Amino acid sequence: MNTQHMNHALKLDADKCIGCTHCIKVCPTEAIRVVNGKANVQAERCVDCGECVRACPYNAFYVDEDDWALKEQYKYRVALFPSVFIGQFARNHSQESIYGAILKLGFTHVYEVEQPIALLKEITKEYCADEEKTKPFISSYCPAVVRLIQLKFPSLTENIINIKAPHDLSANYIKRSLMNRGAKEDEIGIFYISPCVAKMAAVKNPIGEKQSIINGVLNMKEAYNRVMKVLETGEVEAVATDFMKRLTRDGVKWGLTTGESKHAKGKSMAIDGIHNVIKFLDRLENDEAPWLHFLEVRACDLSCAGGILLTGNRFLTDDRLRKRAQKFPAAGKVEDLQVTVDLDELRKKLYTDPIPPKPIMMLDTDMGRALEKLARARNIMCHLPGIDCGACGAPTCQALAEDMVQAKAKMSDCIFLQQTWQRQGKISAQKAFDNMENKWGKNRFMPDCNKKGAKNESL
Amino acid sequence: MQVKYQVEGGDFTSAGYASSQVKKLLKQLNVAPKVIKNVVVALYEAEVNIVAHAYRGVIEVELDPQKITLVLEDEGPGIPNIDLAMQEGFSTASPAVREMGFGAGMGLPNIKRNVDDMQLESQVDKGTRLTLIKFFNA
Repeated sequence: MNTQHMNHALKLDADKCIGCTHCIKVCPTEAIRVVNGKANVQAERCVDCGECVRACPYNAFYVDEDDWALKEQYKYRVALFPSVFIGQFARNHSQESIYGAILKLGFTHVYEVEQPIALLKEITKEYCADEEKTKPFISSYCPAVVRLIQLKFPSLTENIINIKAPHDLSANYIKRSLMNRGAKEDEIGIFYISPCVAKMAAVKNPIGEKQSIINGVLNMKEAYNRVMKVLETGEVEAVATDFMKRLTRDGVKWGLTTGESKHAKGKSMAIDGIHNVIKFLDRLENDEAPWLHFLEVRACDLSCAGGILLTGNRFLTDDRLRKRAQKFPAAGKVEDLQVTVDLDELRKKLYTDPIPPKPIMMLDTDMGRALEKLARARNIMCHLPGIDCGACGAPTCQALAEDMVQAKAKMSDCIFLQQTWQRQGKISAQKAFDNMENKWGKNRFMPDCNKKGAKNESL
Repeated sequence: MQVKYQVEGGDFTSAGYASSQVKKLLKQLNVAPKVIKNVVVALYEAEVNIVAHAYRGVIEVELDPQKITLVLEDEGPGIPNIDLAMQEGFSTASPAVREMGFGAGMGLPNIKRNVDDMQLESQVDKGTRLTLIKFFNA
């Protein structure tokens, strides 16, 4: 496999990518360009939302995970996953049998991320009671949105709640409680089964904290396949109601839309879907919702039920989870957790450093030069066709113009301009064709039946 | 650099377009987020004023490395008493406009608070010209 490595957990299989430009159009930060006929993700602009993965007709993007065998070196092997994992399975598989199947895969403990949610609820409530802080409070739950804010809405970084995500809380909680029962710290391996690329990246490279407590990150799609395989053998013992004892209704629904916002004091809203989030944050920046106290923002449509590493239909997953939630009691007081761990010590571990802005929109750090570039880009736009065809490898004509003033692209990248120049006799047909091959690769435009919709589609 | 935007009176669905575009420009110029917010809040208020009260208008944006100058000129009823219009809570907006969440009478004072300089000229039955200046490193 010809792999093009990128930062983040997202990878591109360059053999599968044909440079079709679907991904460059959906990227919310315009982070992707087609270079030499292949998608190229600019790591510093990527927010790990996974929109490109969804849009790719050729499954050219894939998501890296840690080796499943990594867990064998630990005595206590914890499978930690968000509740949405359970929501993927049809009703004929009980939660107890799914737990049983996970144990059969070689784990010794099974935990759902949302088990100690009462503590997170309480800490968030305390945090949001601070009148001094900038409002509205924006949840730090979805790492793709946190990064989106850093890059595209830097003025809103101070609104982000500096509290870690639920998986950090539960990992800390699990580690403490296992240690209280006699386990040594280095005997415990916590493996997080991730519903999306953003959480994978966040675990590997956490924003606003020094180091992650999680020992390995696994792909939920792979986990689903492995669990299904065990379930289909029919040899699974239903187990582990004991593991579920701290699970609550609020916990099961935490990763779904309104899971957080409905607990907020004061006026709250929940927005899901990254393009919806962008539109709303744009309004928020204009001060159009001064009454808003708490904002839940999630990159995926229907929140984590629509995570890109989930299998099945997001509406069914959401529905199953809401029904499942009814089986559990509401999250009560923190004391009800009946934990054996030192809560004050745990609490201290749950705050992050402030989230720094990382603006990507600027054309130059010097305002005078930025203004010059801006004026030049607008001038270039007069010459570009404005139909945003993507054939130059940039998502829009404007993005191409901005690339040009940054010296990352040239006028001849536009195929329409080339045609015009040819007609005007400014360049030869050969030169125009060479330009195109330089962009898209040699012999890229020879007939080829091995593509989607062509004669040999399946080959 | 100069940019112009047309504004149609009564077209509330498009109100906010100019301020969104200007915000994008200012982000590209690496203007401090707080300053961007001031400009956008002021411009949005002023844009909505044209939509709510005038027949049509033009927003002229002039950018230089030190500041942004916004000139909003409209054809409309004009403002008979500018001092009164500058008072917080004073509003001539119709109930229908208030119903849409606009017209609370905080517009002009709020604009003034967010910029470094504001000039308001108006002729009854002709129109209004609002000039706003905001320095980038204030």
